[in-house]
Amino acid sequence: MKKIILGLFIVGAFASATIIQNSEGRSIPAADVKTLDGKTVNTSKFSNDGKPMIIDFWATWCKPCKKELDAISEVYAEWQKETGVKLIAISIDDSRSSGKVSADAKTHGWEYEVYLDENQDFKRALNVGDIPQVFILNGKGEIVWQHNGYVDGGEEHIFEVLKKVAKGEKITE
Amino acid sequence: MRKKYFGLIKAAAFLVVVFYSNLSVAQLNLNTLNNLNLGEVHGNFQANAQYYIPDSTIGAAEVPEKMLMNGFANIIYTKGKFTAGIRYESYLNGLQGYPSGYKGNGIPYRYATYKSDELEVTVGSFYEQFGNGLTLRSYEERNLGLDNALDGVRLKYQPFKGVYLKGLIGKQRTYFATAGLVRGFDGEIQLNEAFAKLKDKKLVVTLGGSFVSKFQTDADPTLVLPQNVGNSAGRFEITRNNFRINGEYAYKINDPSSDNNFIYKYGDAALLQATYAVKGFALSLSGSRIDNMSYRSDRTAQITNLLINYIPALPKQHTYSLLAFYPYASQSKGEMEFSGELKYKIKKGTVLGGAYGTEIIVNYSGANSLDTTQIKGTDTKHLGYSSNYAGVGKEVYFRDLYVEISKKINKTWKGTLVYSYQVYNKSIIQKPGSPTIYSNIVIADITYKLKATRSLRLELQNLQTKQDHQDWAYALLEFTINENWFIAAGDLYNYGNEESSKRYHYYMGNIGFTKNANRITLSYGKQREGIFCVGGVCRNVPASNGITLSVSSSF
Repeated sequence: MKKIILGLFIVGAFASATIIQNSEGRSIPAADVKTLDGKTVNTSKFSNDGKPMIIDFWATWCKPCKKELDAISEVYAEWQKETGVKLIAISIDDSRSSGKVSADAKTHGWEYEVYLDENQDFKRALNVGDIPQVFILNGKGEIVWQHNGYVDGGEEHIFEVLKKVAKGEKITE
Repeated sequence: MRKKYFGLIKAAAFLVVVFYSNLSVAQLNLNTLNNLNLGEVHGNFQANAQYYIPDSTIGAAEVPEKMLMNGFANIIYTKGKFTAGIRYESYLNGLQGYPSGYKGNGIPYRYATYKSDELEVTVGSFYEQFGNGLTLRSYEERNLGLDNALDGVRLKYQPFKGVYLKGLIGKQRTYFATAGLVRGFDGEIQLNEAFAKLKDKKLVVTLGGSFVSKFQTDADPTLVLPQNVGNSAGRFEITRNNFRINGEYAYKINDPSSDNNFIYKYGDAALLQATYAVKGFALSLSGSRIDNMSYRSDRTAQITNLLINYIPALPKQHTYSLLAFYPYASQSKGEMEFSGELKYKIKKGTVLGGAYGTEIIVNYSGANSLDTTQIKGTDTKHLGYSSNYAGVGKEVYFRDLYVEISKKINKTWKGTLVYSYQVYNKSIIQKPGSPTIYSNIVIADITYKLKATRSLRLELQNLQTKQDHQDWAYALLEFTINENWFIAAGDLYNYGNEESSKRYHYYMGNIGFTKNANRITLSYGKQREGIFCVGGVCRNVPASNGITLSVSSSF
């Protein structure tokens, strides 16, 4: 019975914590990722001169992820002009396919900063499950919104949130 | 009777109280913590529950519990340079097809980390990878039940700019227990960061090396087994403009185990990957040679248990279901692999490119046996075989010729066409004594956009083979209603089975809801027995029939 009570408490705590979407003020956790030319970067150092950032988790074998990054790529210049945003694409490809990450990024013409998270340390630090998952960060580098999965046209919603963040409005959803 | 009902009501009331008290406590905690700057609490939660319906036609056995569930939750607390976390895992009982060692509840993963700019100290559970993983990789793939986390102490230290050192010692996770003893050291130098002179050079060079040793007592009555087995590796990575090449070589001393039938030969592995990429064009080539490189915390461990190192499989990782019907898995006993991939984007505004451009991918990958010679001998320390570095073995393990064309025709239509020819040596990869499978696969994936976030997607797949269960067809229709809701229906049909009574349909229906980082999916239908792949890692799942509910959330 003791075990059941403990179990219920834990499950309850998770369930309740999920309901609370109050993640304002959350900073980027520290993990080591690599640039495409092999340099190590601490993720807590990600910054964009006081302007918003998008962190997008993807992999070369993930179709919806690449669709999302392609869709944003088409309107990225416009987004940058309006909000000053910088997109950071985190590939979770392991050594099977991490060699092909630059091939995807370049052929698709993505103008993003791309990093490798080969053993998923950063993914784990941000509690990301299945990909794609997108985080929007305000000018202070705080995570204010996140979204899992991609459907065609989903980038519109990201842009709506991004515009609010750029204006300094509070994200309540 | 009355007493029983009373008990139920009491239990229900208790549940409600627990839930709400938790709710307020958690809310208070999170708000207080986050507002008072006492640190932050975040996590994620996932549960998959399945209600099983026996179906003798497809071989879905009766599940005595009727319902099974896997669930887990991570909770991470962060305050400045300090982080601590736990993962609660629950298998009541483990889902069908999941490794059977997962039973019951527990907190098998908990850790505390201090991380400053130069130093990182972790005690408890951790995941780590040295280089490409040839000497050590502890990682998790929750959907497949893979988790070989280390439990011990890890230090990471950066004595100078561009120099990274790691040292670790730990026992390895196996389900709800730990086993073995693993010690490891890794050093890496990024030359352009380490030497000011090289800072702005276009040639970027990183060198690294690692040494791992495992310990297991020798309790064998006849054999003299090495108690400490070392595995060392050196690696490089060079980038210049659009060109990148990296390679690694690992050498392991003799390591008699049930994987290699207790022979005393050394093991080694070489891996080389190169990519040239510019806008609109990329060429990637990779190859590997693996010889007797199985490396586990326990000599007698099997399947995916207690693996210390990682042998990457280089063939293309497929996500369309019929392409992944017969997927390759790397053979740590011995193999040679190669993979070449060409990506080309035909510019927009040209005849073939159309208004949005056309993307073409051609991949050719494969694996063969090693060129080996058996060494006769019956002494208790025999080497088993010798292998020839210059040659390639004659036996084909795997081939995949893959061509993909993707095109966005206009604002409403886009599509992908795929053709693939695969050779799958089932006898080596899956089950000894099976025939090699030769298959031709064709896929069409068409998306029709109705409005901003409303679309219809149709997947048509066909696999033809004379072996195994012969021909298969698969159709999937996915309707994205809006950003939050989707419904999908699919049918996998074994239309070409030689035995007409076995031409089964595997119907599946899904409905899903997503909001922010929360996702709920409900599915109903039949699952074929076979290999199930997520993230390029595959495992066998039995045939099943029933209702599945998946919930995931990140906060």
